[in-house]
Amino acid sequence: MTDLLLTNARLIDPEAGTDTLGAVLVSDGEIKGIWSDTPDIPPSFQGKTVDLNGKCLAPGIIDIGVKICEPGERHKESYASAGRAAAAGGITTIVTRPDTLPAIDTPEALEFVAKRAATDAPVRVLPMAALTKGRAGHEMTEIGFLQDAGAVAFTDCDHVIADTKVYQRALTYARSLNALVIAHIQEPTLSKGACVTSGKFASLRGLAGVSPMAERMGLDRDIALLEMTGAKYHADQVTTARALPALKRAKANGLDITAGVSIHHLTLNELDVADYRTFFKIKPPLRSEEDRIAMIEALADGTLDIIHSMHTPQDEESKRLPFEEAASGAVALETLLPAAMRVVNSGLIDLPTLWRALSLNPANRLGLPQGRLSAGAPADLVVFDPDAPFVMDRTKLLSKSKNTPFDGQRMQGRVRATLVDGTVVSGSLK
Amino acid sequence: MAWRAKHLLGIEHLGPDEITTLLDLADTYVDLNRKRHKHSDALAGLTQVNMFFENSTRTQASFELAGKRLGADVMSMAMQASSIKKGETLIDTAMTLNAMHPDLLVVRHPHSGAVNLLAEKVNCAVLNAGDGRHEHPTQALLDALTIRRSKGRLHRLNIAICGDIAHSRVARSNIMLLGKMENRVRLIGPPTLMPSQIDHFGVEVFDDMHEGLRDVDVVMMLRLQRERMDGGFIPSEREYYHRYGLDQAKLDNAKPDAIVMHPGPMNRGVEIDGELADDINRSVIQEQVEMGVAVRMAAMDLLAQAARATPTEVMA
Repeated sequence: MTDLLLTNARLIDPEAGTDTLGAVLVSDGEIKGIWSDTPDIPPSFQGKTVDLNGKCLAPGIIDIGVKICEPGERHKESYASAGRAAAAGGITTIVTRPDTLPAIDTPEALEFVAKRAATDAPVRVLPMAALTKGRAGHEMTEIGFLQDAGAVAFTDCDHVIADTKVYQRALTYARSLNALVIAHIQEPTLSKGACVTSGKFASLRGLAGVSPMAERMGLDRDIALLEMTGAKYHADQVTTARALPALKRAKANGLDITAGVSIHHLTLNELDVADYRTFFKIKPPLRSEEDRIAMIEALADGTLDIIHSMHTPQDEESKRLPFEEAASGAVALETLLPAAMRVVNSGLIDLPTLWRALSLNPANRLGLPQGRLSAGAPADLVVFDPDAPFVMDRTKLLSKSKNTPFDGQRMQGRVRATLVDGTVVSGSLK
Repeated sequence: MAWRAKHLLGIEHLGPDEITTLLDLADTYVDLNRKRHKHSDALAGLTQVNMFFENSTRTQASFELAGKRLGADVMSMAMQASSIKKGETLIDTAMTLNAMHPDLLVVRHPHSGAVNLLAEKVNCAVLNAGDGRHEHPTQALLDALTIRRSKGRLHRLNIAICGDIAHSRVARSNIMLLGKMENRVRLIGPPTLMPSQIDHFGVEVFDDMHEGLRDVDVVMMLRLQRERMDGGFIPSEREYYHRYGLDQAKLDNAKPDAIVMHPGPMNRGVEIDGELADDINRSVIQEQVEMGVAVRMAAMDLLAQAARATPTEVMA
């Protein structure tokens, strides 16, 4: 494999928190050296040099919580289509959700998807497994066997384990294996039947709403359980300002807790639903503008750790229904980066801080060597033009499902090339 | 004459001038409906299809009669018993009907926003006959006409809307219409039946009915929608009647000439005293039914005129 020197690049280093012009040397699938300013190229350098003309070079995005609809609903998304979409979006590692049909709750099912992923996807795929059998919240899965088979985390996705005793035992058992548990924080009975956030908009549209308090109550319960069990825990989506104080306290008290937020909750609010636009129906529902701003601030100050795409493919039939009957979720692998650039361009957060949440923190949470610009790390990289404007056209998405809320919108930020292990898997360096 | 709307999906998108135009036209249809020869050819040659995905007797009959009196060819479909049960989606049903070239589509649906969705997919005028807990525009318009005819005006009135506001599309449309026409609107009901942040809609909220009814000109009662309840919104029907049912003692707080309205069908002894409902000096409930036909005639007439004014789309 020939060495590759990428020069004249804006290096986005989430670890150092810097955004400087420099060069990166890639060799044998690894980052071999980094120079800010002009590199002292070793005289023996025989490889290829590419001038990136000031485009950004950052660690590839690590996206926890991607739904790929194999097994069960392959017409919505497959490993091949999701892998291509991820590569096009600058995502080099996707961490897949087990909320398939059937749920991935046995080592056998996990092996099936791992095999599919290995042959079909051009990016790294790390599977998660269900925490309880069938995600039903009654009996824990074979957490040990699943971990041996490669599960990197355990989650029932948007199903909340209502039985606190079952949940406590699962967390305790997971603790003994040092397994990461990812939970959806929502008080299940309070949020039953709701499809939007309660408030003026829900009342105007006559839609069943859920109070933001349901999220805080869900988080409060989980924090109490973490105090009991000491488990390693990540809240998949914190979306309301009301939940933040409890999260801050839990972190200050030394619990092993991290929290994420979806890109949609950082860029859209409840009013975007407008006249019942079902592509804006997600779970948890879009929140108020105050909540959206609070989430961005929480990312900037480190209360929130990780940004997820919460990529959830849905076909047209599931979305072309009255709002309350329509399926939840949005595809986001290809829109994650340009949508995140909106947050940067609003001036509330800088690129290295954004990248901490897109690559470094998820890598650290999962114990991965990727996600950083440092010598010795795998050369999973993304080259992008942060200012390039375009109009989002959902029909051009590589995902099999086209349910993006950004259709027709003006966006900025285009991925030029994505590298996994030093190899270009999407776009080109020229 | 002011009328711009292509569909009648809700009060939200109507201007005060459009509301006045519609009510003025409805007044002329009230006169027509009281004649022995109740017929006009305003909709002659047009096809009106009523699609009710939710049970209705009164509204459906009112729309059917309105269309027939204006000379339209009217077809009513009981959607509950039809292809929807066979798994066909709302949009497929709409597309199928659309291919038969109707001119007016009257739709009621149990889900909020379903009529808006349907209106995007068909190329005829769509009238919302009630969608979920969202809007019921013709009910608000007929209430407005009833108020205007008995009070002589539709502005600067104190109007109380009482009961199950949370589950009521009638309340939402009325709050918007009465607000647009510059009236003071009060909402009275138990807090469990109030939508969240409803005070942001420019209304006053009361949970004491005696206090809320003080000096109002109009008392609008709502049906307690028992079939919509998940259970547990109110302790019992009898406690509800005691605290929020309209009886003479509570009505005595209102102005002496205050009128009593109800969209029907009534639960006598649950939200309204039976005798009061029949009191011809106070109750305008029968007038509301009469105004309903006239308002629906006016609405369909205006939509048909608007459709004629725009060039017809050439269909493949």
